[in-house]
Amino acid sequence: MNHLDILENQSIFILREAFNKFENLAMLWSIGKDSTVLLWLARKAFFGHVPFPLVHVDTTYKIASMIEYRDQLVKEWNLQLVVGKNERVLREGQTFPQGKATRVECCGMLKKDGLKEVLEKHKFTGVIVGVRRDEDPTRAKERYFSPRDKNMEWNVTDQPPELWDQFKTDFEPGTHIRIHPLLHWTELNVWEYIEREKMPVIPLYFANEKGERYRSLGCAPCTFPIKSHARTVPEIIAELRQTNTSERSGRAQDKESEDAFEKLRRDGYM
Amino acid sequence: METSLTASQDEQLKIVIVGHVDHGKSTFVGRLFYDTGSLPEGKYEQLVAIAQRRGVPFEFANLMDGLQAERDQNITIDTAQIWFRTPKRQYVIIDAPGHKEFLKNMITGAAHADASLLLIDANEGVQEQSRRHGYLLHLLGIQQVVVLVNKMDLKNHDESVFRSIETEYRAFLKQIHVEPKTFIPISAKNGDNIASHSSNMPWHKGATVLQALDEFKVPPLPTHLSLRFPIQDVYRFDHRRILAGRIESGSLKVGDRLYFWPSGKSSVVNTIERWNAPSSLVAGAGESIGVTLAEQIFVERGQVACLESSPPCMTREFSANVFWMGRTPLQIGKKYKIKLTTQEIECEVKSIEKVIDASTLSETKEKREHVARNDVAELTLRARLPLALDDHMRIAETGRFVIVDDREVSGGGITTHILYETRVAQPVSENITWLQTEVSVSERASRNSHYGAVIWLTGLSGSGKSTIATSLERELFNRGMQAYVLDGDNLRYGLNANLGFSPEDRSENIRRAAEVAKLFADAGFIVITSLISPFRSDRARAREIMTEGQVRFYEIHIDCPLETCEKRDPKKLYAKARAGEIKGFTGISSPYEVPEKPDLVLHTAQETASESVAGILDYLLQTARISDTDYEI
Repeated sequence: MNHLDILENQSIFILREAFNKFENLAMLWSIGKDSTVLLWLARKAFFGHVPFPLVHVDTTYKIASMIEYRDQLVKEWNLQLVVGKNERVLREGQTFPQGKATRVECCGMLKKDGLKEVLEKHKFTGVIVGVRRDEDPTRAKERYFSPRDKNMEWNVTDQPPELWDQFKTDFEPGTHIRIHPLLHWTELNVWEYIEREKMPVIPLYFANEKGERYRSLGCAPCTFPIKSHARTVPEIIAELRQTNTSERSGRAQDKESEDAFEKLRRDGYM
Repeated sequence: METSLTASQDEQLKIVIVGHVDHGKSTFVGRLFYDTGSLPEGKYEQLVAIAQRRGVPFEFANLMDGLQAERDQNITIDTAQIWFRTPKRQYVIIDAPGHKEFLKNMITGAAHADASLLLIDANEGVQEQSRRHGYLLHLLGIQQVVVLVNKMDLKNHDESVFRSIETEYRAFLKQIHVEPKTFIPISAKNGDNIASHSSNMPWHKGATVLQALDEFKVPPLPTHLSLRFPIQDVYRFDHRRILAGRIESGSLKVGDRLYFWPSGKSSVVNTIERWNAPSSLVAGAGESIGVTLAEQIFVERGQVACLESSPPCMTREFSANVFWMGRTPLQIGKKYKIKLTTQEIECEVKSIEKVIDASTLSETKEKREHVARNDVAELTLRARLPLALDDHMRIAETGRFVIVDDREVSGGGITTHILYETRVAQPVSENITWLQTEVSVSERASRNSHYGAVIWLTGLSGSGKSTIATSLERELFNRGMQAYVLDGDNLRYGLNANLGFSPEDRSENIRRAAEVAKLFADAGFIVITSLISPFRSDRARAREIMTEGQVRFYEIHIDCPLETCEKRDPKKLYAKARAGEIKGFTGISSPYEVPEKPDLVLHTAQETASESVAGILDYLLQTARISDTDYEI
């Protein structure tokens, strides 16, 4: 087995554990490369099927082509899609692009609260999320099966032990567990895997005529492309092997304070 | 040239950094990254700026401490992972907290590792967590350990400080049968002996940390062991009924008859299922696959598929070493849930044999009814229904488990002293029965004035096994006893002439030797086997074969440092192995797994062959009492 086989087999094992243990299971799908790889791995784990709904938290500020791409794959791959939106905040116009909130507050309302609403409405007790340890120092401390309390809060100072692929699968009513099957992958691994599997991926990741591409996808007002000439998956892989800058460097909300991202995550952000 | 990718560059090794709180683990990791140019762009400047803003000295440690509380307290609370590479391969560095309060986080980090670096502060010396972590690494099955003696700058880079810590800690590790690869004196703060040799410590001739890292080996997948395929789930998404799971050890192929334990029902593999992957008629350890069966039988999550020839042990009661992380103590009689592979069964602690303080290895003498948080214990567990499991020494994946107390994973454990009774109850074919002759074991013992027994000598090539075996045979013979040497090379002349040196063949070589030794012992002989037998699993199987045959078995470790063996090199094999002419040579290109609980250890570098033989005779004739004639007839 090579390194991608090892990563793939481990992720499949985790997905199958989650499917066995949670009656009401859903997978978050942001249309980005990571959650699309996760979706692909689910099809591997369940032999071509995706036996749970996908949740997309739509902030309505996403880059437009992401929604088109989403709807196209839903049709092609025969997926069940649940879209979550924080209608109240959007209706009242309390967002960052409308000048009524900081970037971090806006993320909190549109994504975190938006997610909370969907989870409550559908009573999901297990939520599969495509975060990786190499993205950010707080994600580096995550567990594969990570409990969230009634208010979606993450108790980072008292996490369950996790050893020998035995996970925390028992939970109190009202709480839920986040499942992170990609935790041990790196950004480079994700691209190597996309290349090996000849998997489709949204074209926003490839360099345009202006010599710019997105390395990480989010809302249009807070996500900036990087300078790049990588137009194909192998070119992205070659670029990543050279780079020394972090993946989320184009995500503005992380930079408002030293622990902005940690605070968001403690409160239930992905 | 530099863009060409080789398989080994994609190899990944997971290293856990452990040790007592404040002995400099996080600082070491930061330094390692800085010295190898692995820090993300701007990270160093950012950390310096943050330190300035807070008016505190700059700390490399903050690189890994991702949580605000960790930066505030200068302490690692939870384990984290970070990636870096050397020209040889990629590493995942797992930083584990050193504070006793966060032991479960340390265990979480360490359980994922292939190898470990253990830090000891030169100024403080060996502390409580230095020892506790060493012991836990042993229980978690991490055999590759390098010890870093840090903060040498605070001790004027004094060699004697380093040597005394090395001596003390080596002695501790020896008690728990851990043999560290090496000790390295470093200063994480100043970068001494990390990426390059330090001029501050010219007396250190050994490896730098980077060199030691590259010396570690990625543990091989247990493909050569018996098949264990625990069922995770049964899917019926379409016309197929697929049994899904991950092969924990061994391999299976289309056409194999699988036995599902505990039910014992069997069916034949019809197809191996995968999605968007090249189809293959075989699957091996580590693969998450699905299978369909030729005849439909009832199978559910928790059952373990095995081949007929090597079933697991089926038992409700078993002994284990357990470490406890729960908020409330582990108590005798209370109901818990045990999770072993995909099996989940209610269980209770039947008895606590021993509670060990992992930091001193002292045993509590008084009878204990509970195991407190952070304690390690030897105990007996009783499950409500039989579990399919293995001895941890034989198959680690099916010999370890966690204990759940009120929804929380609160303990981890490994099985010990497992007896495989099912093997006796499941002969190779129903048409074969063991012929019990009229001459009994005790009649033979009476005539010979001793019992039959197997004395199993294990050790490196050149450690002195053959010399000892030969003169031991002579000594026993001269005492009028029935003795015979079964030598590995001799067996390969005939019985094992069809075997090569692949891992499977070496394992089969040992199995046959064990079976022959058993027959000899049954015939009343004292058999002395002389085989390197480097793998614990093979020796565990030999012991199991003897247990089944009710034959006395003594595992004797002929312990001699590799350097000495290589210097002796009586068959000139090391020279050939070094020259690459022999592949998979024990000690050079294949590991020797030191026996965990040998009956006797002989240090042949420090004593003469006749002293070693005297040691065995002493043990056999007095302690093991094989010449005892006080038996029933």
